[in-house]
Amino acid sequence: MSLFKLTLKELQGKFTAGEVSAMDIARSYLLRLSQVEPKIKAYITLTPKDILLQQAKAIDDGLKAWRKTQPLMAMPLGIKDNICTEGIRTTCGSRMLENFVPPYDASVVGGLRTHQPLILGKTNLDEFAMGSSTEHSAFGPSRNPWNQKYIPGGSSGGSAAAVAADECVAALGSDTGGSIRQPAACCGVVGFKPTYGRVSRYGLIAFASSLDQIGPITKTVTDAAILLNAIAGFDPMDSTSANREVPDFTKAVKKKDVKKLIFGVPREYFAEGLDPEVSEKVQDAIQVLEELGGTIREVTLPFTEQAIATYYLVATAEASSNLARYDGVKFGFRSKESRDLAEMYRSTRSQGFGPEVKRRIMLGTYALSAGYYDAYYGKAQAVRTLIQREFDAVFKEVDLLVSPVMPTPAFQLGERLDDPLQMYLSDIYTIPASLSGLPAISVPCGLSKLGLPIGLQLMGRPFEEAMVLRAAYAYEQATDWRMKRPVIRS
Amino acid sequence: MASITQKEVEHVAQLARLDLTEAEKPMFAEQLNHILAYVDQLQGVSTEGVPLTASVANEEPVLREDSPRECLSVEKALANAPNSHNGFFVVPNILGK
Repeated sequence: MSLFKLTLKELQGKFTAGEVSAMDIARSYLLRLSQVEPKIKAYITLTPKDILLQQAKAIDDGLKAWRKTQPLMAMPLGIKDNICTEGIRTTCGSRMLENFVPPYDASVVGGLRTHQPLILGKTNLDEFAMGSSTEHSAFGPSRNPWNQKYIPGGSSGGSAAAVAADECVAALGSDTGGSIRQPAACCGVVGFKPTYGRVSRYGLIAFASSLDQIGPITKTVTDAAILLNAIAGFDPMDSTSANREVPDFTKAVKKKDVKKLIFGVPREYFAEGLDPEVSEKVQDAIQVLEELGGTIREVTLPFTEQAIATYYLVATAEASSNLARYDGVKFGFRSKESRDLAEMYRSTRSQGFGPEVKRRIMLGTYALSAGYYDAYYGKAQAVRTLIQREFDAVFKEVDLLVSPVMPTPAFQLGERLDDPLQMYLSDIYTIPASLSGLPAISVPCGLSKLGLPIGLQLMGRPFEEAMVLRAAYAYEQATDWRMKRPVIRS
Repeated sequence: MASITQKEVEHVAQLARLDLTEAEKPMFAEQLNHILAYVDQLQGVSTEGVPLTASVANEEPVLREDSPRECLSVEKALANAPNSHNGFFVVPNILGK
């Protein structure tokens, strides 16, 4: 069996047992990348072959001397290209940062490096993580490995496509309004957004600071637990990082047990606009959870309807402020021919940003501008409180919430590019958990008639990632969707 | 309430330090109107007395001692600068022509 087909847990087992070397793993993945990457375009930057082989050799040589392995040692990973990697270009999918080489590692990357993984490259994303399809990447879209005419989802579409296409064993993504869970659903892999504050964002290029969160995209729930173990925890460099004890998440994925758990099914997540095929698969999944001993209870979250409007005001307002730093002075692109500083700012930003980023900066600037601040940004912050209260109340009655991830399976490339609002509406089921900072996972729960994956979402209380993982694991083990792999056609 | 004119679009673009092309102006006006008409649904929600949520961080922000520690070297901090000279960032004229 080819090494690239294995899960993180399986590959880790073979490496730790000494059955395969880091060099074997590097060679297997280099071969896979050469076959598949030209079709899928999951990466913006690949680690050069000779550097990767050198790193693999160093791991093998070091092992001969020390014989001490780390959980992610020699594991081939993809890193979303909005997460800073020292010495490796980090573009954020934008012309603005096309040649930006970070002078430091993001804390999550620094943490991973202590394991000596094989970082295969930086994965594609919508520019500044703004989008649901990777079509807004300045470097062109990635393809869905299940059908290359379809989007892989976004914004972490490159990470999800890379995992689904066996172009890395696991990847890091970031989620602001669904950017880990939605592409995971589109590509038939697992995507886990932890609680806001659980994972440091130091070195994650900021989009909307009150929402951004880094998390794993993997082949299985167990793999997500392994990767989360490596990235979770307090970081003094991130003032929003939570100073709490981190449990061993792999303990949550040992027993297939959902007995005593109460699953809430929010009525509003199954209302008009939900594709019948997606609805059917998610209902089937809910039945599986019931058969496993879980209690199912219908609940209501009326403010779900306002979540998208709230999100697109809060997120764009924060983005317009965060992206003010791209002015051509300290790093990134600078427009050449400007007579004065003000003109340089304007021409740099006009040439460096793509249309979706400009659109969101404009919306956010408008929402924050004099005369409109209270009516738009202030109003959205108040409704955000109501959305959060509603979750608090419902989590007094239930342990987890279960829902679809996306109203439809992946759509075709180009289908929604001219209609921004239509694109935004596809985030309806992932945005509420983002606004409330809740942990939420996407697990494969079926395939559409066209053969495109469908995802099941489980949301939990803040900092109860272990419970989310436990339920997701039980569901995953009770079904065989994880065995279904895409066949990549040439 | 939602109606943004092309003139307002130009004003917002200036606030955001963006130069829009003649083609972008009507396009953004139309798209932003479309989006603003959608987000106007929030006006129907009663939020009187509801506190605002700026962050969902459960903890109080952590303060640390304000003591000197290692930071980026000047060389590293300037390495990505489009233009630098003698340890400074170089920019075009700030005043006049």
